Amino acid sequence: MIRRTLSVFTITLGLALSLAAVSSSRWQQVPSRDRARSSPLAGNPEAAAAGALVYKDHCLQCHKANAAGDGHKRPSLRSERIRHASDGAIEWFLRQGDLGHGMPSWASLPEQQRWQLVAYLRSIQ
Amino acid sequence: MLPNFFKTRLRPAQRMAVWLTLLIATLAHAQDKPYFVTYSQDLEEPGNLEIETKTALATPKGGNGYGATAMELEYGTRAWWTTELYLDGQATAQDSTVFTGFRIENRVRPLMRDHAVNPVFYVEYENISGADKTILEVVGHDSQADLAAPNGDLRRDHQHEAELKLILSSNVKDWNISENFISEKDMSHSPWEFGYAVGAARPLRGAASSRECTVCAEKFIAGAEAYGGLGDTFALTMRSTSHYLAPLIGWQLPKGFRLSFSPGFGLTGTSLDRIYRVGLAREFDQVGNWFHASKGGAQ
Repeated sequence: MIRRTLSVFTITLGLALSLAAVSSSRWQQVPSRDRARSSPLAGNPEAAAAGALVYKDHCLQCHKANAAGDGHKRPSLRSERIRHASDGAIEWFLRQGDLGHGMPSWASLPEQQRWQLVAYLRSIQ
Repeated sequence: MLPNFFKTRLRPAQRMAVWLTLLIATLAHAQDKPYFVTYSQDLEEPGNLEIETKTALATPKGGNGYGATAMELEYGTRAWWTTELYLDGQATAQDSTVFTGFRIENRVRPLMRDHAVNPVFYVEYENISGADKTILEVVGHDSQADLAAPNGDLRRDHQHEAELKLILSSNVKDWNISENFISEKDMSHSPWEFGYAVGAARPLRGAASSRECTVCAEKFIAGAEAYGGLGDTFALTMRSTSHYLAPLIGWQLPKGFRLSFSPGFGLTGTSLDRIYRVGLAREFDQVGNWFHASKGGAQ
């Protein structure tokens, strides 16, 4: 009985790990509908200030205080990719994360805070 | 019809639970959710370690009051995989203070994208004694009578249990809604036992302030959870099972601390009348880097 139970655990865990290993570049997956979205907080200077505090709470630990990342797995957020991405694409990326490459999903953050983060990222480019 | 049912079928404590739940749901306008029993799709950020104590205070009918604490060490192994170790203990009035065992669990998100409903697989091994009173889940025919015996008797019962959960979780307009389906088995000749937990929570305000603050609405998350047993493979029923309704509130404090509180109200005769839960958590960022730094790789 113990062996059977352990087998079920092993198979379940193995299946989950296999599925989890499958991933590809997130930026290429942004749906056009999301890419076309504009920020409801665009041009709001308070949004960038609030976004800086959200960044400090949730993003600084990996992307560093200057948003330059570590040059390896934690990329710089002052980049051409961010500069040329639409607000909607960045918000989508924050919501989805990139679990396969270490970026958590921030879907649990309220939507307004994700837009505030977008405003902050725009302000530091 | 509903008000009549409310007045006649529910005990005062149960009515209070319903009112509190409705009140908090009305006030609530994510951070870590203040759930004590329900799991959401949120995993620990990779490289982070969270240490949390979850304390349950209750008095079973015919028994002495107790306080049971589970110390939880939660590590983000990957963005899609979190590992946890629980160390459990309890102190019972006019009895004793005992260590009651440990649990090891893993939570894995099988899907890499965020969906309307996000599944998480949960696998746990428990090595605990019958004196464990933390009530981190309710399954089978768990009853307050199980908690009333003296610690000396309860400790003789040793449980090696496996637990599987299917966690389904959604984020809808700042609300998190989570449903857990629980199956647990003692690795002896015991039947599978089943249970459930459901929870909903949201921050009191969605937008962050543009100034640092500690006591502001977006730092508070309020909600409610309900959990209970669903019988076992011999009798898949809600008869003689325990069920609870628990409003909850969490407060995100500075420096990575989080405080949460939940008064739970028993809904059936086999449930505890009330169970109060308090949680205190501290998150440590990127603990893996501590060791890299000591090797000269500091950044």
